[in-house]
Amino acid sequence: MSAAASTIAHEVPPQAGPRAFLHRLRQGDEIAHLITLTFAALILLLTSMLVYELWVNSHLSRAQFGWAFFLTKVWDPNFDNFGAAPFIYGTIVTSAVALVLALPLGLASAIFLSELAPRNISDVISFLIDLLAAVPSVIYGLLGIFIVVPLMRTTIGPLLINTVGNVPYIGVLFRGPNYGVGFLTAGIVLAIMVVPFIISVSREVLLTVPREQREAAMALGATRWESTWQVVVPWARTGIMGSVFLALARALGETMAVTMVIGNAAAIKASLLAPGDTIASTIANQFTEATGDLYLSSLIELGLVLFLITFILNGLARILIVATERGGGRPA
Amino acid sequence: MSALRMIWRKSLNYVMLTLTGVAAFAVVSVLFLILGYLIWNGGTSLSLNFFTQLPKPVGETGGGMANAIVGSLKLLFLAAIMGLPVGLLAGVYLAEFGGKTFSFVVRYTTDLLNGVPSIVIGIFAYSLVVLPVKHFSALAGGVALGIMVIPITVRSTEEFLRAVPGNMREAAMALGASRWKTIATVVLPAASGGILTGMLLALARVAGETAPLLFTAFGNRFWSQGWGQPIASLPVMIYTYAVAPYDDWHRQAWAAGLILLGLVFVSNLGARFILARSKAV
Repeated sequence: MSAAASTIAHEVPPQAGPRAFLHRLRQGDEIAHLITLTFAALILLLTSMLVYELWVNSHLSRAQFGWAFFLTKVWDPNFDNFGAAPFIYGTIVTSAVALVLALPLGLASAIFLSELAPRNISDVISFLIDLLAAVPSVIYGLLGIFIVVPLMRTTIGPLLINTVGNVPYIGVLFRGPNYGVGFLTAGIVLAIMVVPFIISVSREVLLTVPREQREAAMALGATRWESTWQVVVPWARTGIMGSVFLALARALGETMAVTMVIGNAAAIKASLLAPGDTIASTIANQFTEATGDLYLSSLIELGLVLFLITFILNGLARILIVATERGGGRPA
Repeated sequence: MSALRMIWRKSLNYVMLTLTGVAAFAVVSVLFLILGYLIWNGGTSLSLNFFTQLPKPVGETGGGMANAIVGSLKLLFLAAIMGLPVGLLAGVYLAEFGGKTFSFVVRYTTDLLNGVPSIVIGIFAYSLVVLPVKHFSALAGGVALGIMVIPITVRSTEEFLRAVPGNMREAAMALGASRWKTIATVVLPAASGGILTGMLLALARVAGETAPLLFTAFGNRFWSQGWGQPIASLPVMIYTYAVAPYDDWHRQAWAAGLILLGLVFVSNLGARFILARSKAV
């Protein structure tokens, strides 16, 4: 629409040149253009300043540790020795647990909402799920501390240790002391938080799949499920991937809910029941206590790492979602 | 053999479709579980003191969060006056004036800013406002929240401006109105319902943010005068009280959680209401 408006605006001035420009200036068009442009540019400025501040303020830590920062397993403020490995590990593990739990649940719900439920019921449920996405993360943390942690300590944890813990290979993930707080608990709380995102984005892309695709599959004798799983879902595959990336970006950057239930220990442990820390939770916990410039600088470098990871993931997610909305994925 | 296969396919059909329904039901029931648990725990802990009194010294029971409620409102006010105008005008630029390449860059950067984890925004506000003056302040918290408000407002403003039919613009300009007069008197009023909704949702979202306030607004157990002192806010109070070892503090954290969630839900519902009405007109 604005494209049409802009062609008209270019045709209106009788002649090009300084007089037409002065005319438009008097009418206020150029001024309005300039003002709004300034504010649009302000966003660019703000974002560049954000990157710049993170870069400059992490200078001490970058100069001191270099690339070894990412591989060092020690985080010791007393001896000014800082490595990000335990937190990068914690961030990846909690997000992975969250996705493993949230993806099947979210995708199944999205399929139900787009393929099975009548439109009005689907809309009501989607509205409720959008509300769920609006719940502040500190409230998920509150519920995590007082519901999920006790449940993990008394019921789920012992159950996992006694059953899956005895299975060879994957049993390693569920052994050792069970405190209730830890990677698994954080992953579960994160899963609850990202499910709404997966559902609402996946439902949108599933709804864009053309009707004919479903009808063609059913006309060939496919059951409802076969048409959904073998035709509709592959068609929307890229968009669903996009929703997963969005969820992942959110899970990686989530601070409060994780900080409250992960147990806060800078350690790499094989067991999912062990307490740990993520990049975001470490910053949240230690930033105000950071004494010494190197300590603060290391925490800011953690922030820089987190920024870069989410930057890449958000970019990928956007490309995938736009690609699906443009023409649909190619069914395999 | 083929009859057997048909039975298998049909039962797989029913089983899987039922499972998707169960999944949807499970997700929705989590919502009601959260609501129910919060209303029960928060409701039984809520009292008049919660709204009128300051926090009691550590170890004493009772007291309230009056300062945190006012603090949250003050921070939201700062976020609104800093973030909303920027978001609105940048949104107008993208929808009405923007060229191709520059608009693309601005749009992309806006989405990027929207995806930056809130704790990183906190570090940014810390280095902008706290580091130079060497102390935490309400202003720093307002800056952090204001930055978060901008991208949400930009995208919703642009979206609703684009939804205004092009012939309304053409009609205004055919009557001799200049471009900016068209925008200010025709396009913006037509999209005002949607734009307001977007702003309300943006404020509702940052109202619950905790991470960017931890080391900008910090917290305060007393009244905060002016804008240059550390200030308490509901989300930070919930965090501090929930991780503390006192039962009475847990009780108050639930009450604060209920108030915060109520605030967020009411503004979400209100936003949808405004939107539905402005669409109907």
